[in-house]
Amino acid sequence: MRIEVNGETAYCYTNCRDIEADKPTVMFIHGSGMDHTVWTLASRHFARHGNNVVSLDLPGHGRSTGSPLATVEEMAGWVIAVLDALNITDAALVGHSLGSLIALECAASHSDRVRAIALVGTTSPMPVSDAILKAAEANDHAAFDMLTQWGFSKRHQFGGNRNSGIWMIGNTLRLYERSAPGVLFHDMRACNEYISGTEQAAKVSCPALLILGAEDRLTPVRSTRALQEAIPSPVVEVLPGAGHTIMVEAPNAMLDALHKVL
Amino acid sequence: MAGPDYPGLDTLALHAGAQPDPATGARATPIYQSASFCFPDSDYAASLFNIERAGHVYSRLSNPTNAVLEERIAALEGGVGAIATASGQAALHLAIITLMGAGSHIVASAALYGGSHNLLAYTLPRFGIETTFVDPRDPQAFANAIQDTTRLVFGETLGNPSLDVLNIPAIAEVAHAAGLPLMVDSTTTTPYLIKPFELGADIIQHSATKFLSGHGIVIGGLLVDSGQFDWEYSGKFPTLSEPYEGFHNLIFTEEFGPAAMIQRARKEGLRDFGACMAPTSAFHILQGIETLSVRMSRHVENTRTITSFLLEQEQVTRVGYPELDGHPDQALAKALMPNGCGAVFSFDLAGGREAGIAFADALSVFSHLANIGDAKSLVIHPASTTHHRMDAEALAAGGIGEGTIRLSIGLEDPKDLIADLKQGLRAAGKAAGGSR
Repeated sequence: MRIEVNGETAYCYTNCRDIEADKPTVMFIHGSGMDHTVWTLASRHFARHGNNVVSLDLPGHGRSTGSPLATVEEMAGWVIAVLDALNITDAALVGHSLGSLIALECAASHSDRVRAIALVGTTSPMPVSDAILKAAEANDHAAFDMLTQWGFSKRHQFGGNRNSGIWMIGNTLRLYERSAPGVLFHDMRACNEYISGTEQAAKVSCPALLILGAEDRLTPVRSTRALQEAIPSPVVEVLPGAGHTIMVEAPNAMLDALHKVL
Repeated sequence: MAGPDYPGLDTLALHAGAQPDPATGARATPIYQSASFCFPDSDYAASLFNIERAGHVYSRLSNPTNAVLEERIAALEGGVGAIATASGQAALHLAIITLMGAGSHIVASAALYGGSHNLLAYTLPRFGIETTFVDPRDPQAFANAIQDTTRLVFGETLGNPSLDVLNIPAIAEVAHAAGLPLMVDSTTTTPYLIKPFELGADIIQHSATKFLSGHGIVIGGLLVDSGQFDWEYSGKFPTLSEPYEGFHNLIFTEEFGPAAMIQRARKEGLRDFGACMAPTSAFHILQGIETLSVRMSRHVENTRTITSFLLEQEQVTRVGYPELDGHPDQALAKALMPNGCGAVFSFDLAGGREAGIAFADALSVFSHLANIGDAKSLVIHPASTTHHRMDAEALAAGGIGEGTIRLSIGLEDPKDLIADLKQGLRAAGKAAGGSR
């Protein structure tokens, strides 16, 4: 569905359903340079299990118009504006990578609107290498290549997708290639500059789940210690064999993990 | 700025899509010869049916062995996904019925494999899908033939039987300007000789029976989606961009993004038409692909040796191989296929039909049969076999003469192939009334 938010069109995938006031809502937030399609399996699942699902295209991504937002805080404000536009009081937020930082910021700054968070492929702070930033700023295809290759575990460089017939490296690369020029750079810079994540994490009062890939090379498990310590009583699931692109690499294990807080 | 290197073609040919079997540790991809797969519980079953989880339900829809092959060819071609089908013809049919219905139109090269030509020219019109055939060497002819109802532009990387080299960049430009995808049949070239997606094609069809397998023991096809074509922007493909009643109003472009086409092909075409590949066939094709590069390299090397030999023979009036001087596509072939133009070519014998038949009958190392792309060398006389329904005029239009011979060069020692060809030339000479 398309709604108007801050004067621009915001696209939300809802599994072809209207939002129903008496149902809980699960909102999915994609990562840098991606769109809502990374959540198709999970959003279909939670829709069938009695939830409103709202899988977002952030501004300037996928089918949402407007320019990409500059900071995680602005993105969090936009997510709350989407909830307002849909008349949704509160939602569980599931975010991947950049999306996980947005979910974290929402939970810290708008605790009355967030009933649970699931941070997938996350860490905080989330520094981005100069090589990726420079390539993304130059709209150089090398940025897509770096994120695609380092986004998958070593074992998944050769595929082995449980989702039949889909070459996950190729599909991820195509998603990056579909992003408008400059979008990836805006997203990467936002990740890099969101340095208050650990501080904000301490303010989280809702149930929180961290889903981490045991072989994640972009946000390695070892880098998540500060975040794990800052969030009060998080549930932490480390998925064997998965890298950073957990929704694609371990879709079933991720679903099972999400049920721990959703 | 250079990004990290992706695995190379040879490495992908051995590893893409495969992991050591999680149940047994088997290094080779096992044959999962099972029609169906157990569900741990009812909710899990429902989640598989509703595309919430990854997994297998029934081998017409997906199978673990086939999945490895599908990922492997998608990786080798640089696409987003693939579907293994019962044959190359099934792959072509699957693509067409995924993209269009009655009232649609296709623009296709006139130089097609006979089976593809039959489907487009005779069978599909009965179901309301018409095709206009055009000169594959003329991109403007493709442009001129496009109508409001056109939904696909189609050709072979190397046309049959004259090896017209399809100018993929130029024809892709024509197709894309009209909001249409370009599909190519890359059976004779394989990803070793050409990467159509890098040149602008959007969909690839293979008969995996041929060079991908190399052993001639299975029938199979592959349909590969580049994920590069914007179906929504085109606005001509409601099967992909509008709600599908057959799956709870799922909109494929909305839910699967770049993989919309290949997902619709699986969720509808494979489900409803059922032309799936047998898992054992997928296993055999995987064994072939593991050695694709070494085989194709040798195929091309032997072909160059054989074409050089034939050029020196008095009875041979023409050798049609794009690398040779005089072939109209020599420059294009050099640009698009620097590793070679495959191992299937035709040549003309003096003496017409009788000479052609005598030549084919006299060979013993070459096998006389209707196939290409085997590790063994093959021969056929098109005018009396694959194209026997065509009269002389139609044959000529397709670049086939009464004395045309098609060879598929295998991996044998080339000196033995040449000795065999000499035998054939002697028989052809006698049949034509000569004294050689």
